[in-house]
Amino acid sequence: MAVEAGTRPAMAPRSRRLGRLERPALAGVLVREVINFGSYWRSSTFSSIVQPLIYLLAFGFGFGSLVSKVGGRDYVEYVATGTVATAVLFASVFPAMFGTFVKYKFQRTYDAILAAPVDTEELVTAESLWIAARAGVFGFMPIVVGLFFGLDWTWGMLTIPFIGFLAGLGWACFGIIIAAVLKTIDDFSYVTSTVITPLFLVAGTFFPLSGLPDWVGFASNANPLFHCVELVHHAAFGFRGWVDVGHLAFLVAFALVTWRLAIHYMVRRVID
Amino acid sequence: MVWLPPVSARAHGETVVNVTDLAIRLRGVVKRFGPITAVDGLDLDVPAGTCVGLLGPNGAGKSTTMRMLTAQAIADEGEIEVLGYRLPGESKVARAECGVVPQLDNLDITLTVEQNLLVFAHLYRVPRSERSAAIDRAVGIANLGDRRTTKVDQLSGGMRRRLLIARALVHRPRLLLLDEPTVGLDPQVRQELWALIDSLRSEGVSILMSTHYIEEAQRLADTVVIVSHGKAVAGGPPAELVETYAGRDAVEVYGPPTRLAEVETVAIERGQRTRRTGTSVTILGLNGADVPEGERRPANLEDVFVLLTGEEVG
Repeated sequence: MAVEAGTRPAMAPRSRRLGRLERPALAGVLVREVINFGSYWRSSTFSSIVQPLIYLLAFGFGFGSLVSKVGGRDYVEYVATGTVATAVLFASVFPAMFGTFVKYKFQRTYDAILAAPVDTEELVTAESLWIAARAGVFGFMPIVVGLFFGLDWTWGMLTIPFIGFLAGLGWACFGIIIAAVLKTIDDFSYVTSTVITPLFLVAGTFFPLSGLPDWVGFASNANPLFHCVELVHHAAFGFRGWVDVGHLAFLVAFALVTWRLAIHYMVRRVID
Repeated sequence: MVWLPPVSARAHGETVVNVTDLAIRLRGVVKRFGPITAVDGLDLDVPAGTCVGLLGPNGAGKSTTMRMLTAQAIADEGEIEVLGYRLPGESKVARAECGVVPQLDNLDITLTVEQNLLVFAHLYRVPRSERSAAIDRAVGIANLGDRRTTKVDQLSGGMRRRLLIARALVHRPRLLLLDEPTVGLDPQVRQELWALIDSLRSEGVSILMSTHYIEEAQRLADTVVIVSHGKAVAGGPPAELVETYAGRDAVEVYGPPTRLAEVETVAIERGQRTRRTGTSVTILGLNGADVPEGERRPANLEDVFVLLTGEEVG
């Protein structure tokens, strides 16, 4: 037997197990996304610039004619930085929800990827990293647009893509959870209207929370978007030490928890 | 625990077949979906370098079996080994050496032929230095040399299917899993794909193919395993299966329903086997006894299938 086995080296197993979160697997999934991005980058880049532009025009001129200063800052400064969080949210949670659902359900892309030496954990991780990277870049666009509307450049703004990446990672994983848990794409509107819209409005993006009842301000501490907005404000106008460490810690925790949950629910969805 | 196939085989006294000679080995595999048992104690061997056809009607558990071989479905009971690796624990290593052609086309339709192959060269870890050669080779297999930069949504159904197969071969797998490779294609394209699959087998690639086309199994498979309700009910070379279960010849008797019923009763009394095919009754297992007037023809795999499963295929 040993001799016979020896005559068939092709069938003799080499390493019996591959590790978790391997670079080649992550790279494979990312390469697919990058190549695909080549076919739709124009539309997503266009909307990432036009959307903050519209917010700035609408809120800047509309709302800004009523209030010139918010929290001691020009309203354009307030909105331009606040819109970063909106851009990050939109560039991460929606692509994650719809993109994931389409890829596993309609295009069956995940079937093909998981037949390759890629585990669900690697698939979810690579997908969320990619969405987060895009969110970091697109999240910076409002700052670029804001600079043309009188926003003053500060070096702290260079940290904004990284804040956007971190917040985007959490939102991407949140979106993947939604895609993995809900049965149909129509059910997404429940999440959009009851979770995402309130979080997006009550985060200090377009108006400060100080004008709202105390309990809203207290509750907003549980809103990842609020921490993102605060961090971006401080990145642009001066960091505030431990307060910002707290905001950062919250975003890290949000990303970690949603990441593990996204893997958990995705495994349940794609592995029978 | 390190698991070495030859040693464990010796330990269990199973020295007849070296388990590493099998590209796929399934023993007592069970897979349930709630109250439905899709795969119900399936045993299956794919000897290395051969093509095994898994023949069964829709719903026999073929696709579920295919998904278990890539650990996209996890068996509730039983043992699965692919290329000597135990699943699901070692599935990732096994997957690296397998090529999978799914039943449903999942190409990236907004990408070109070349881009689709490039993505899979990355997913299957083809080293950087070999990537472009691997893609050239796959383009050649798909016979899409003049369509390299065409987007997939511009390709015909036959071209897409060829690309799907070539994509599964980009990393030179030792085992190819084909799930209904020619379903929904016109006869000419089907023949083209058969030639392609046959050439792969002659190159020594082990192949497991699920199909519900009798002709496909008969032409391509060295061994046909007939599955019904999640179980393997018979297996062997196609000609041998026919000989064993249906005999050499069959007689088809045509007539009005009352006449057919009569013929059936008589044949069963004579210890023969019968099969209803629309307007006729086929008498099989002629065992030298008398047969009524009818059309004599060689028995075929379809007869075997119907006899064993009581179901029509195709």
